[in-house]
Parts: sequence; structure tokens; C-alpha cells
Amino acid sequence: MKQFRKFAMVASLLVLSVFLVACQDDASTSDEDVIRIGVLAPLTGSAAQFGNAVYNGIMLYVEEFNARGGLQIEIISFDEEGDPALGLTGYHSLYDQGVAAIIGSVTSGVTMAIVPEAYLDHMPMISASATHLGVTYNAETGQVFTNMFRTAYIDPYQGYKLANFAFQEMGAATAGVLFNTGDDYSTGLTQAFVEQAEVLGLEIVAIEGFSTGAVEFQSQLTNIAAANPDVLFLPVYYEDVALIAGQAASAGVQSTLIGGDGWNSVLTIIADPSLLEGAFYASGYSNDYPSERVQAFLAAYRAKYNADPNMFSAQAYDAAMVLFAALVEVDDLGFERASVEHRLAIIDALAATDIEAVTGSITFDEFNNPQKQLLILEIQEGVSTFWGPF
Amino acid sequence: MLFLSQLINALQLGSIYALVALGYSMVYSIIKLLNFAHGDIIMVGGYIALFTLTSGLHPVFAIVFAIIGCIALSMLIERLAYRPLRQAPRISILITAIGISLLLQNLAQYFFSASGRSFPSHLILPPGAVSLGALSISYITIVTITVSVISMVGLTFLVQKTKLGRAMRAVSEDMEAASLMGVNNNHVISFTFAVGAALAGIGAILFATRYPLVTPTMGVLLGLKAFIAAVLGGIGSIPGAVLGGFAVAFAEVLVTAIGLSSWADGVVFFILILVLLFKPTGFMGKNLMEKV
Repeated sequence: MKQFRKFAMVASLLVLSVFLVACQDDASTSDEDVIRIGVLAPLTGSAAQFGNAVYNGIMLYVEEFNARGGLQIEIISFDEEGDPALGLTGYHSLYDQGVAAIIGSVTSGVTMAIVPEAYLDHMPMISASATHLGVTYNAETGQVFTNMFRTAYIDPYQGYKLANFAFQEMGAATAGVLFNTGDDYSTGLTQAFVEQAEVLGLEIVAIEGFSTGAVEFQSQLTNIAAANPDVLFLPVYYEDVALIAGQAASAGVQSTLIGGDGWNSVLTIIADPSLLEGAFYASGYSNDYPSERVQAFLAAYRAKYNADPNMFSAQAYDAAMVLFAALVEVDDLGFERASVEHRLAIIDALAATDIEAVTGSITFDEFNNPQKQLLILEIQEGVSTFWGPF
Repeated sequence: MLFLSQLINALQLGSIYALVALGYSMVYSIIKLLNFAHGDIIMVGGYIALFTLTSGLHPVFAIVFAIIGCIALSMLIERLAYRPLRQAPRISILITAIGISLLLQNLAQYFFSASGRSFPSHLILPPGAVSLGALSISYITIVTITVSVISMVGLTFLVQKTKLGRAMRAVSEDMEAASLMGVNNNHVISFTFAVGAALAGIGAILFATRYPLVTPTMGVLLGLKAFIAAVLGGIGSIPGAVLGGFAVAFAEVLVTAIGLSSWADGVVFFILILVLLFKPTGFMGKNLMEKV
């Protein structure tokens, strides 16, 4: 049995290496006008649903881009299975195959494992979905990874934008916050919201916390009801929102509820949607957004995959768009493809990005995080209606 | 006024903790097992009630099926996982209980997906509250407190006054001697698990009605808090479990009420550490006669 297993392993390795060599041969015969781009994504494993959504978004744009003629993109993908160590292996493999830039990875954990090395190699990278602050910036050393970009907005950005929204659009003078103290997403949004509220002069009259898994919010909400803020910010996931909304009503909370993209699909699990009537929440992408770009993307995605895209596919499509625009821009400068000079030029072009993409117009700040609009949704008569970009 | 509302919040929370803590105490008193799967049996009960309700059957069936389902599952677990380990060191059976807990959570995630489902609580009890001046106490709070008190009285009667109760106390005191006196240990232990599971089933209904969301991990924090309540009250003691449940809830709500909600759980777990350090037997654990 053991013998057989060994044999099977060796045999499969052989097959795999033959296959890899074959792939490489294929690639080397391609003509001059092809640029190789690596894609790192978890196509299998626990993060596969995100990985495949991202991969589909990228491949849709690649197809459209190549169909236009001119510069052609060849994608070399590597399945990192959501494993940081395998992600690093994948990075080396893509590097050795001479990619000019990499789209990926999908999760923050894997991306952060690769970035320090990619930074030293001057490898341009763009992620469609890694939201952790540390993906582009090492807070301990103050080091910005100038080669790393992303089309997903970072967690604190939503808190910042939502404070602006509450103050400017809703005319709120006071705000309360109820957040999950044990969750990076929730604390990230809360901190940014509170800081920006201070800047704006939006008074925070109640700030209450709970721990992951809690279902009883009544005593926190009793405090909030007593402070009676104009808006109650709930930077939590939709399951918590569903429970909080019910208890807020019975605790006598009068405030308008607002939240971030964690609210997505809250209406599918709340028994009584009228509890959320008039609430606002933010999202990075919405299939209902009546913009031409979104509707064209939606139609193309449906035609190719026969399914609806989600936020990840849209941001991946945008990541490919941003990167390829940079490739086109540096293409006539005459660098040898995938040389250090070529890569540095791509990084510079990426940093200067100003593009109308599906999820909004994208520019990058000094930490290479996208500055783009949030989409605000309002719950009216039990359905999420599109309020507008903000 | 604010204080009174918070007081009612504490009563509401405490009555749920008490009910779950009773289940912990029952099982512990008889085989000295901290049944960490107790919270997850409540979760299963929640799903059974949910599916019964959504299939359109009368809510009474949801209550009955949840209780029967919990009892059947609990006795099955006892038979398959705990009984073979009866002679093993206590740590083995404790670790098995943790294993069962994780198994149930993951099975639920596998079959029912990780995201929560809305529980149609209005079918069990119409939403609403009794008004006392400016205060209002919701129906579910009144029902939960009543059920907890009835359970406590009923269990005390069962343990102290019935023949089966005497057998339970005997097994708890000395398993071998009890068996020499003609007590069928296996039956008594199975019965105890059944009683604990029935409480879990009732708890599942009350919990899901109060917090209308059923998730695979809904039993985890609830189980932990109830465990602390049981330890605080003196694990194995019936009135102790109820007292502990209310004590934990009051501590939690008090910390929140003074504006330190982020610390509420920390304080509760800190209380557990203090109790274990200074009075490991809990409020009512000293009196051996109180033990089941």
C-alpha cells in the first residue's frame, strides 16, 4: 500500500511536470506583442468562492481586452488554495515564468505573505479583494509597499465615508455606535467613523460594544435609547443587524440605522423588514446601479458565465482594467518585457491611475488604496433601493 | 427609570441562562461531566423548531418536536460517546464532550450552511409587552421567567420526592454502591440526560423566540455563559443554577449600564476566575444535601 502510494505520488508529479513544461513551451512560442500577467487566487479550498469570483471577473476583462486587438495579454494562473505558504510558492513560480505583473491575491492573509518579497522584486501587484490595512502598508516600520495596489476599499474607509454621509447627507448632529469589539472589520469601521465624526463636529453620544456571538443587545440599546442619537451606526455583519434591529425597536431606539457592506443580504434573514425601514447601508458594488458601465459589465458577465456577478467579480474586473491600462501606457516606452525597468514603469503608471471603472472612478492615495465612491442603499418598504453613489 | 429598564433586561437574560444552567447542573451532578455539548443541543433544537414551523405545522408540534429531538439526540450521544468512557479518566469524557460540541456545530454548518436563518418567532408567541406605567415587560420575558421557575421547582420535586430522584441521588453519591442496591445506573444516567435535554429543547424554543435567528454557533456563547452560571451557583445544585444564571445576567447588564459594554463579557469571565479561586463550590455548592 505504502509502495503504491509512493509510486502514485511520483507518477503524478511526473505528469504534472510534463504538463507544466508543455505549458511553458506553449507560451514561449507566442509572438512579441504578448505580455504575461500572473493571477494568484484560491481556486480551490475554503476561500474558493471568492477566488473563483475574482478569477471570473479577471478573465472576462482579459477576453474583452484581447478582442480589441493591439497588445495581447496572456494569463498564467496559480491556485494558492488560500494558503500563505503556497501563495509564496505560486509567486516564485509566476516570477520565474516571467510575468510583468500579478493580479492577486484574493485574501489579505495570502497577499500579506507575498508582498514583502514582491516589493523587493519591484513586482507590480494589484488585488481585487484584500481589505486589510497591512496589505499595502506595514504600520510597524512605516513602510509603504509601493508595488502593491488594490481595487477593494479598506475597512476604515467605509467608516470615514459613512460619518461624512451621516453628517452631510442625513443632517445628523449626534450619532451612536454599537459594534463588535472582537472583530477587525467592526472595530476598523468604528474607529474611522468616530475619528471622522470628531473632525466634522458630529457628536458621538453613545458608543457601545458586544462580543462575537452575542445575541442580547438590550442593555446596550437601552443606553443608546436614553442618549437618543440622530443616527445609530451599526458596523456589523447582517446576522447581528437582524437581531439588533428587533431589539432596538423594543428598547425604544428612535435613531435612523446606518451600516457598512456587512449589511449585504440582511433582508434575506430578517423576519420583519419593517424594522429596518428607512435605514441606509453602503456597498462597494450593486447589480442595480443604473450606470452604463455597471449594466454593460452585468450583461457581459451574464452572457459569459450565465450567473450574476458579485462585488468580488466587479472589483476583479476593475483590477484587470487598471493594470492593463498601465501596461498600455508604458508599452511604447520600449522596455524589455518583465525587466525591472518595465516593472518600475508599470508601478509608476499604476500610482497615477485615474480611471472610470465599474465600481466607480478609481485613483490611489499615498498608501495605494483606492479613493472611490461608496454606493448607498436605502431600505424602503422592505427592499433595498438604490440611493446613489457617495 | 433607566435603571428599572436595565433591571428588566437582566431578568430577561438571567431567566434564559438559568434554564440552560439547570441542564448543565443536572448532568454534572450525576456523572461529574461538564457536558459542553449542551449549548449545541439547544442549537439542534432551534433548527428542529425552525423546520417544523416553516413546514407549516402547528407551533405546538414545533415545541414538542424540539423537545423530543433534543432528548433523542442527547440520549444517543450519551449511549455512543459517553457510556463507553464511563470507566475512563474524567478528562477523557470532558474532551469527548468538547468534541461532540464541535461535531454538532460543524454538521449543522454542513447541512444548514453557516449563515443564520430567521426564526418565525411570532408563531410561537405574538410580539408585545405588558406595560407597567412607563416600563414594559415583553411577553417572552414573562414566559421565560415563569418556565425557569417552574422547571426549578419541578426538578427539585423530581430529585427530592420521587423514587427515580432517590435513585439519581444515590448514583450521584456512589455509583457502585447504588448499583449494588439494585439501581440500574445506565437507566438513571440516560434519564438524567433526557431531563437535561428536555430543558435544552424548552430553552431552544424560548431562546429562538427571544432572539429570532438560528445559527450553527448559537449555542456556543450561551453554553459558556450558562456554564459560568452553573459554576457560580454551585454546579450540581438546582437552585444554585438559577441563582447563578441571574447573577451572571445582573453582572453583565450592570457593567453595560454604567457604560462599559465592551467589558461585559470580560467581567463575567473574570467573575468565573474569582469564584474558582476563592469559592470553588459556588454559592450553594457546599450543602451536599442540595446536590442531586
